[in-house]
Amino acid sequence: MRTPVPVEFQAQDTYHELEMTTIYSAKKIITMNPARPVVSHVAVRDGRILGAGTLSELVGFGEYSLDERFEDKILMPGLIEGHSHAVEGKWWRFVYCGFHDRMDPHGKIWSGLQTMDDVIARMQEKEKTLDDPTQALTGWAIDPIYYSDKKITRQMLDCISSTRPIGIIHASAHTMSVNTKALELSDFMRAGIEHVGVPLGDDGMPTGELKGPDVYFSVAQEAGFDGNMLEFDESGLIDFSRLCVRNGVTTATDLAAQLSDDIVDVGIRVTNETDFPVRIFSFRFHIGLTPQELIEQVKSLKLRSTDRFRLGKIKVIADGSIQGFTARLNWPGYYNGAPNGLWYIAPEQMLAIYEMALEAELQIHTHTNGDEATDLALDTLEAALKKHPSNNHRFTIQHGQLINAAQYRRMAKLDMCVNHFANHHFYWGDEHYRLTVGPERAERMNACRTALDNGIPLAIHSDAPITPLSPLFTAWCAVNRLTHSGRTQGEYEKITVEEALYAITIGAAYTLNIDDEVGSIEAGKQADFAVLHEDPTAVPAMQLKDIGVWGTIQGGRVFAASDI
Amino acid sequence: MQAVTPVTIIGGYLGCGKTTLVNHLLRNANGARLAVLVNDFGELPIDADLIEAQDGDVISLSGGCVCCSFGDDLSRSLKTLRALDSLPDHIFIEASGVALPGAIGNSLSLLRGYQLEGVVVLVDATSVQAASVQKYIGDTIDRQLNDADLLVLNKMDLLNDSQAIELRQWICEYYAHAPLVEAVYSKIDPAILLNIKTGRNSRDASNQADYTHDISSMYSSISLRMDQQVDVPILAERLSDKGCGLVRAKGFVMDYDNSIKTIQVVGRRWSVTNAPAGVETGLVCIATSSELTEEKLRSFCNIEVTKQDAAKLQCGYFD
Ligand SMILES: [Zn+2]
Repeated sequence: MRTPVPVEFQAQDTYHELEMTTIYSAKKIITMNPARPVVSHVAVRDGRILGAGTLSELVGFGEYSLDERFEDKILMPGLIEGHSHAVEGKWWRFVYCGFHDRMDPHGKIWSGLQTMDDVIARMQEKEKTLDDPTQALTGWAIDPIYYSDKKITRQMLDCISSTRPIGIIHASAHTMSVNTKALELSDFMRAGIEHVGVPLGDDGMPTGELKGPDVYFSVAQEAGFDGNMLEFDESGLIDFSRLCVRNGVTTATDLAAQLSDDIVDVGIRVTNETDFPVRIFSFRFHIGLTPQELIEQVKSLKLRSTDRFRLGKIKVIADGSIQGFTARLNWPGYYNGAPNGLWYIAPEQMLAIYEMALEAELQIHTHTNGDEATDLALDTLEAALKKHPSNNHRFTIQHGQLINAAQYRRMAKLDMCVNHFANHHFYWGDEHYRLTVGPERAERMNACRTALDNGIPLAIHSDAPITPLSPLFTAWCAVNRLTHSGRTQGEYEKITVEEALYAITIGAAYTLNIDDEVGSIEAGKQADFAVLHEDPTAVPAMQLKDIGVWGTIQGGRVFAASDI
Repeated sequence: MQAVTPVTIIGGYLGCGKTTLVNHLLRNANGARLAVLVNDFGELPIDADLIEAQDGDVISLSGGCVCCSFGDDLSRSLKTLRALDSLPDHIFIEASGVALPGAIGNSLSLLRGYQLEGVVVLVDATSVQAASVQKYIGDTIDRQLNDADLLVLNKMDLLNDSQAIELRQWICEYYAHAPLVEAVYSKIDPAILLNIKTGRNSRDASNQADYTHDISSMYSSISLRMDQQVDVPILAERLSDKGCGLVRAKGFVMDYDNSIKTIQVVGRRWSVTNAPAGVETGLVCIATSSELTEEKLRSFCNIEVTKQDAAKLQCGYFD
């Protein structure tokens, strides 16, 4: 912040040399500020927005240089990904085996693999480049529900190599497929294994499909998933930031981190580089600490927070996932009759964490998938607020995929926010309809319309690397609610394009408690912009996801996707 | 071939006394080197006077014992244990309050070199009935109790007589699958979970049960000579049958092929493995009822009493 200096002491020209003003013109600037929704120019000084308006309005700020390179582009507030994991950058070192096309950090589009043979072929290509015949070969994002036989066996992967361990983690991250060598190295290649997560073939040996992280963890190590599968590293964080620029994102979350001292050092150092293009919010998750330890750690983390590496927020994980049948559902439970899921926290622990966080003024985002888990979070916050009233806590439900109308009404009373997993409809909506929760509840999963109608501050997310980081694609999902098979699932819960754009800008900013800093283009905020080739409010809603991203401006620094 | 390390899982909801039980076992390890794996180091799970040093995820304890935290990756911390100078004699996994201990046992079955000896689930006698119908955690507690090979009804001193009777009836009605021991401050006979010596020197085991008087009177131990050949799995299964009245049996017996096998019984779970070389046959059994006699045990398990055995009867009791 600059302190005003009396005019007579100002050396006018020096003053301007120190703090250059750049005025950007654009074809259209969508501000997300309802008082001035569209402007033609935005003035930037010292990384912040001086003002948004016409050129003649902005020249009043004094000397400036006019930057017209975005003359034919659309500017929006920098997009905000409110639920992602920076580890995606690291996963791109593995072979992409997804069914859908996906862009890597360097802008290469990896075509989706339409058959299992395509998967094998791509893995074989990579195999040829490896010299050491025992080196692991690792893939990610495979989704066998799209393939006719739906099963991937170790024998299929043995065709790629029998001398090196091979592992491919599935798109949902619940399952891993491995070859015989990987099973041998981890001592799974034997008869007599009895475990629901390890299906056996006719020969009594594991088929190579390993279900559940507790099952595949030890094999994953052999198959090249070194270290912590959820933790970024230096070059991975840089690659993650490249993905952000390519998708117009200037603020992103790393939503489940352990945040050891070493990792915090890496995060601060890397994001502090002058050319690091994103603001990262890294949340400490609750697992492995007592409530007291968690609060103490996060309090001290908060003190280490920097502009681009924000610390001091907590992620609580209440239950598991719906497609893994580990989410906690209220009656009538799973459509296919599967038993109710698992708690990842005891109600007493959640209450202790909520109470202490409210007292210490720390914000919590709580992962719930099932509606019973949401009930617990609501009950717990209601109780905690009685003890430690707060009028600005911004506690947020993350995913909240099965939140129903009554729960939103309660959330409104409790001043809660939600960040819905809009991408889920597209990738797994058909599965939810057919198998996990059945048609009625599948149609109201991630019920963005009802959330907004109840006045709940809304964000929407990708949960990258589970689905691709791309807020415009996420907006497309929330607006169109199409499943992969092409059905509209939940017509009633659709939101408008304008509402979706709110959810990926100011809505997401609100859930991170930085709506005073970012999320709209108006005087005083950070100069964070997404630079787009087309106008998302002008293209047909079905084309939202196809809008090209030129790059970003973050804190006044320009990042072109083409040279990131 | 690696040595097989016995593993016992200690489960139960928050506040049921798992940590107290772990400390009780560490204090009565009697030379056995125990490793304790906990979900987290929260609220330091180990009494301060037992701790010698802490190095990252590993806490060194007196008597060569260690404590490791495993977060959500059990297999990794078991690897950490394997990397230590010498393998522990026995591993105890203290499950988190919402964990399903049976699922941990299942994951363990995937790793070679470990033998699941039993799933012990502690029950807070003062609150379990109310908690079992609580909206959020009722079914979790139900699943935990159903996972138990051995149930420990803890905090019994806080119940009056009629409450205790009612609780026993309730357990009997819903959770009759597993043998039951009652406890105060988690103080069960350590020999129920720790490996007690068997064979001719079985009387040594009685020294290990040297803690509080009032508790030891709740148990009776029976030491059996086992000079005859038996069908080992059938015997192990009989010993683990609730009708047998045992909470624990361990020993070495001779199979029909003359090989010596180790029998381990914790509650309703039994296992049979090849015995180490040079052991002498014999079984030590612990019951919670003083009415159990060697004759009853032998007849339930179909073990004929030989003349030699009969001569040893008089020294078959610990208490
Ligand atoms: Zn996530």
